[in-house]
Amino acid sequence: MSNTIIEAKIVVLGMTGVGKTSIVVQYISHGNNQRINPTIGASFFTCQITLDSYNVKLQVWDTAGQERFRSMTPMYYRNANAALLVYDITSRESFEEIQSWVVVLCVVGNKSDLAAERVVPVEEAQDFAISIKAFHFETSATTRKGIEEVFLHLAKSLIFLYEANRDPNMPVYNDDINTCDMPSVNTIKGKTITLDKEDHIAQQHHAKSRCCSS
Amino acid sequence: MAEEPVVSSANDDEFKQGSEPGACRNSMLIATDSYEDIAQYLKADVCQSDVPNGKSTSVVGDADDASETSTPDQTVKCQNRVDPEETSVCSEQCTQYDRQEVSSDDSAVGDNSEETATTAVTETGQNSPKETLPDISCINRQLSSLSASDGSPHSVDTDQVCQPASSDVTEPSVTAEEYLSPELDYVHSAQWKNQDKHIFILSKAGKPIYCRYGDEDRLVTLFGVMQALVSFIQSSKDSIRYIVAGDHKFVFLVREHLILVAIAQTKESSTHLLLQLTYIYNQVLSILTLSQLGRIFNMLHNYDLRRLLSGTEKTFDNLLNVMNQDPSFFLCAVRCLPLETSVRDTVAQSIAQNAKVKDLVYAILITNHQLITLVRMKHYFLHPLDLHLIFNLVSATESFKAAESWTPICLPKFDSNGYLHAYISYLDESCDACLLLLTVDKDLFFTLSDCKRKIMEKLTKHHSLKAICESIRRGNYCISEAGIPELRHFLYKSRSTAQFTSPKFEVPYTAEEDRQRLFRLYQHLHYRIHCNSRPLKIMFTVGEYETLLGWVTSGFELYAVFGPLVTKPLAINSINKLLKWIKKEEDRLFILNSPTF
Repeated sequence: MSNTIIEAKIVVLGMTGVGKTSIVVQYISHGNNQRINPTIGASFFTCQITLDSYNVKLQVWDTAGQERFRSMTPMYYRNANAALLVYDITSRESFEEIQSWVVVLCVVGNKSDLAAERVVPVEEAQDFAISIKAFHFETSATTRKGIEEVFLHLAKSLIFLYEANRDPNMPVYNDDINTCDMPSVNTIKGKTITLDKEDHIAQQHHAKSRCCSS
Repeated sequence: MAEEPVVSSANDDEFKQGSEPGACRNSMLIATDSYEDIAQYLKADVCQSDVPNGKSTSVVGDADDASETSTPDQTVKCQNRVDPEETSVCSEQCTQYDRQEVSSDDSAVGDNSEETATTAVTETGQNSPKETLPDISCINRQLSSLSASDGSPHSVDTDQVCQPASSDVTEPSVTAEEYLSPELDYVHSAQWKNQDKHIFILSKAGKPIYCRYGDEDRLVTLFGVMQALVSFIQSSKDSIRYIVAGDHKFVFLVREHLILVAIAQTKESSTHLLLQLTYIYNQVLSILTLSQLGRIFNMLHNYDLRRLLSGTEKTFDNLLNVMNQDPSFFLCAVRCLPLETSVRDTVAQSIAQNAKVKDLVYAILITNHQLITLVRMKHYFLHPLDLHLIFNLVSATESFKAAESWTPICLPKFDSNGYLHAYISYLDESCDACLLLLTVDKDLFFTLSDCKRKIMEKLTKHHSLKAICESIRRGNYCISEAGIPELRHFLYKSRSTAQFTSPKFEVPYTAEEDRQRLFRLYQHLHYRIHCNSRPLKIMFTVGEYETLLGWVTSGFELYAVFGPLVTKPLAINSINKLLKWIKKEEDRLFILNSPTF
């Protein structure tokens, strides 16, 4: 029996230097690169997770965090099925910045190996995640701690989303979402479906689902 | 004595324009920019943006040329002596202005004044105002203390560099201790001052943007001085070009929104330094575009541009490092990966056939600052200046190796106001070749990713990938392949295709410092041949360690290095043999036709 294939697009967002690329590279190629250069534009990764009878193909857009690429970000989250919001637990600024994003699946606090320099408490990040109906993780791209869980969780929720819909066209983020211009969840059109009570996962559902292919 | 005419007549017949080694066969591949065109381009830009009346005299060129007519060997000997010609060629007012500077220098610096004569050269050199002399003395004091470090290293005095604010520089009230706090150490250390070449980028308002060494926040005062110098000269409707102070040259490139300054003690000509600044300026444009720069600075005069350039320091550092060792930058030419014609044609065909996408402008396959192939849209050419920025972007960005990337890039010679979108991906993990597909459509990523997959299939099928990897692994060719024992090394540039070739560095140029010395010799030869006031066709100079021969015709430029004992007839005989060899190998060394989509 062949597995059902689910294709999903994921976008990784967050301030420069929080370790977005490190997380993705650590997950996909087990590359323990201590000092990765700043990403230019955006990098595109693919990976596959097999869970039960599903093959989840993840297409990951790893975006550059620098300010000058900000205007390009809508291009990447448009048609994305899920977003990872990454912040650095040793940088308050990076945590505050992700709060300007309102559409989330996972909030990821990176650099958990630097807990000694922590300035963003776990509880606070969890509260924020709950408030936007997202899920919170802490990871360390250096030690690989927690990274597997993030992607596994993503795959699980995508399968859940698929089963709930039974529609090959997965719900995607609305074109209109924006960064700082969007003060609250209310400004987003479309309805929110709660996928899993335990996991507090929320997914914005575009009224008219769009195909995820480019 | 008689050899020179012989060589020119014999070879002018043999290699008429269009038939010299590496001449392009059909329409030009990259661009046909000669060095003179670039020089013109540099000049034109300066005049356009900075001198409202657009009247520039040749004062600058002359002064520069005269000061640098000594051979490198002589220059080494007279390190601490300022060539008297330098000042004498400047216009009268200019000289007067210099003397005033020197005299103010005396009072400020004392010990070092004997060795630190300062020459400032401006665009017109005529309107040097005298009434604001006190300002200049402050500025000059800072400058001279910066340049003083080489004149007499033992007398370097840190407190002279670190003036806190330009308003009270002349007050000797500040003691040395105040400046010797540990965090200020590096930028005021002798090590910092003795760096061969400093590069600074600042905004028109004097805000620091980039510096090669140290933390620009610690150098705010120095940036202020540079800005003051530029605006001081500008206030008299003139534009500063460079200042010579002892062994240091301070070269300024003033653009609409930015000021770029090079401070070098490398004995490079100011033309070469100016060209390097232009590359750096183009690098800024490549990241931000000219229109965005204009928008930002028109909105906020004192905007801190570092916010938008964050994460790009490596790109600038890399560009500066490469410019210090790769002759392709001053030659304004591109090196091609040596490859059999059949292989190169197959590669180009595979790309052209599988990347037939509307709005795709260029498909470029490169490796380590060398071009493998270039397929372009009809009627669009890629300028070497732009290609160097692409080379630099790829070599400075490790992250391209990890995944396919999609990024906006501005190619200033193509269009300085808009972005092209680049799909960037290495062919294969085992192969250091990187494919770039440049388009004007920002939504083409997945289409182009698909093209790349098809191209890869074709390349693997035709075994081209293996041939490319093999050539990359083998590296550049050895000079011994040409079979000319007297010849140690050479650079050959085909002017019609803007491509050049040179063998790898071998004994005696294997050590880094020898290679650096050879590089400077090539630069010097290039400068002498192209100098504005007295361009040369052939130059033969005998030095302590080697003999150099430079030869420029309308079709090519050749710079050759022999042992110090080679005779003129032998050298000329050798380069004739060399030209025949290059002609024989031209299909492998150059890209002679230019496929289009």
